[in-house]
Amino acid sequence: MFGYVIRRVISGLLVLIVVSIATFALFFYGPSNPALAYCPETRCTPARLQQITTSLGLDKPVVEQYSKYMKGIVAGNDFQAGSISIKCGAPCLGVSFKLRVNVTDYLLGRFPATLSIALGASVIMLLIGVSSGIFAARRRGSPADKAIVGASLVINAIPYYLLALLAYLLLVSQWGIFPDSGYHGLFSEGPLAWAKGLILAWIVVGVSSSTTYARFSRGSMIEALNEDYVRTARSKGLSEQRITVHHALRSAIVPVVTIFGLEFATLLAGTIFTERIFDIQGIGLTALQAINTKDLPVISATVLIAAAFIVIANLVVDIIYSFIDPRVRLT
Amino acid sequence: MSMTSQRPVGDPAAASPSGADEPYLVVDELTVRFPTADGLVQAVTDLSYTLEQGKTLGIVGESGSGKSVSSMAVMGLHDYKRTRMSGSIRVGGREVIGLSSEKMRDIRGSDVSMIFQDPLTSLHPFYSIGAQIAEAYTAHNKVSKRQARAKAIEMLDRVGIPQPKNRVDDYPHQFSGGMRQRAMIAMALVNDPKLLIADEPTTALDVTVQAQILDLLQELQRDFNSAIIIITHDLGVVAEMADEVLVMYAGRAVEVGPTRELLTHPEMPYTWGLLSSVPDVTSDTDARLIPIPGNPPSLLDPPTGCPFHPRCAHRDKVPGDLCRTELPALITGNRPGHTKRCHLANPDSIYETEILPEIAPDMVDLVVQDATPAESGTNLFSAEDETPGNGSVAPENR
Repeated sequence: MFGYVIRRVISGLLVLIVVSIATFALFFYGPSNPALAYCPETRCTPARLQQITTSLGLDKPVVEQYSKYMKGIVAGNDFQAGSISIKCGAPCLGVSFKLRVNVTDYLLGRFPATLSIALGASVIMLLIGVSSGIFAARRRGSPADKAIVGASLVINAIPYYLLALLAYLLLVSQWGIFPDSGYHGLFSEGPLAWAKGLILAWIVVGVSSSTTYARFSRGSMIEALNEDYVRTARSKGLSEQRITVHHALRSAIVPVVTIFGLEFATLLAGTIFTERIFDIQGIGLTALQAINTKDLPVISATVLIAAAFIVIANLVVDIIYSFIDPRVRLT
Repeated sequence: MSMTSQRPVGDPAAASPSGADEPYLVVDELTVRFPTADGLVQAVTDLSYTLEQGKTLGIVGESGSGKSVSSMAVMGLHDYKRTRMSGSIRVGGREVIGLSSEKMRDIRGSDVSMIFQDPLTSLHPFYSIGAQIAEAYTAHNKVSKRQARAKAIEMLDRVGIPQPKNRVDDYPHQFSGGMRQRAMIAMALVNDPKLLIADEPTTALDVTVQAQILDLLQELQRDFNSAIIIITHDLGVVAEMADEVLVMYAGRAVEVGPTRELLTHPEMPYTWGLLSSVPDVTSDTDARLIPIPGNPPSLLDPPTGCPFHPRCAHRDKVPGDLCRTELPALITGNRPGHTKRCHLANPDSIYETEILPEIAPDMVDLVVQDATPAESGTNLFSAEDETPGNGSVAPENR
């Protein structure tokens, strides 16, 4: 298994290098000139633009700039442009001259908010999704089953941003049921303030994502309940609860683990709509702001981080597989 | 529509008569129906049999003849919401039909247990063999994990798994087919059941392993004095294992009798068909393998009269249209203890002159082997015997 993990890490790194090349290419072949972003709009003379381009090193060959960027990630890189000097230790994802901060620290500061959303929402979506899926599977064909499948399809059909906006407008602005929407540090302001600020976001993300899990776990649970080994379990005289949880769910959970792994990685990469609508300063909102201000180092860093999460999630899911299913050998 | 049972549900314990001198398993007028979107599936109709401790009953029949459905009913494995059952099943004096699932669970796996056809799919792929056996043990015994594990090792040793201490933690995929079935048997016997139902226990195994598994079952039966129901379509298995045979067709018993008796003097054309389709490596190579023409009938809409009549080559020997219009009763034939459901008046002479020469020429005093079988062959499945449109295929004259 160790060798398998090493090989998967190496191939994951290759993926990340390709992603970094692609994002880096945005700087040079994308429609916007990065230097223009730092040039004051009203007083941007060609000479000033040239000066900025030179001081940012944007006039150097692409390959040289890329290797400098990669060196920053591995060994760190201190930036010096005119009067501005920014320290950027490894892993240095670049420097935002607009915000005058190093991107790594900047994003790390925003990460707890995103992580908080992801964790809370995951708990809700798994609880609602998997339990309603199991419930529906055990009562297949009943009105309760049809109601769950129907509700799941209806919720799924509503665009997420609409759902989130309506929730915010009605529950926060209009009725004030969740007054303190926003991120409050778990340690700085206490768990109660933290949870109160995020609860609505958790519910909205959790409920809307739970529909996928409800349908997936219902399908795989129905399949598992029809397996011969469930009949064997029943013939041993086990309780219905033990049959459902230990025998059927244990195998039905496999596809759920797969989609959850990828979903969790996507949540960690930033939930743009959620963070924007509920005003939570996370990675997603940061990426959105960076796009608005054409802050290219921040944009490419968020893309790279998202890619890294996906790669890691895939690996973790595969390793979890080998614990769930003894037939899976990671070689 | 989702009645648990059509019989009046009173106190199940009170429903058991006398109890003590009754055979361990009594199935009385069992009828199992499944309501489906296409109509009512009449899976089992008016099935009655008894089984004593230490005895083996072989239930034989084609797929869909109701053999598995009736035994699953004994285990209470049918979903009560989707099944309509009537009649009576008494296990050790307790009425099983209408029994609460809580009480049924106490019987299942402890007094009555079951082994299934395909041990690979019947064992959970994610749990070790030992854990699955131990689980069956702890479900009915208050024991510690260590005791359950020791019991699992003991059982694996009992069914002939080499090095059981090392193999107890193996997963099903690490066992061979025969070992998996041994493990299934170990699991089924862990609580010393008084009745073991083996649903085609050897069908998925190769022939040498088959023999070992059957030997093992017989050996364990001697040790535990269990009653065994062996469900199969392999008459060879029945001949080796069973004391009594029950032949099922379209959800009904069509012939019942002591094994030796029934296999040497079968009186029902369906049983003849089953015997004719068994290959026998020791017999004459000229012996022919004759399939039963046609397909098993639809249980949604079973044929009128005798359910076997559309496929029966001998129905013209019965006067009138009796086979098509009247269901033959299960009556005692020419020998005591041997019942059959057939209108034929002289089954023995038909069997001896027409069937036996075909399937086992060496068993009949035949001087000219070639001539007679060909003659009777044309009698057996000639074109006039075919009912048009029932999809039956007459075997070619080879």
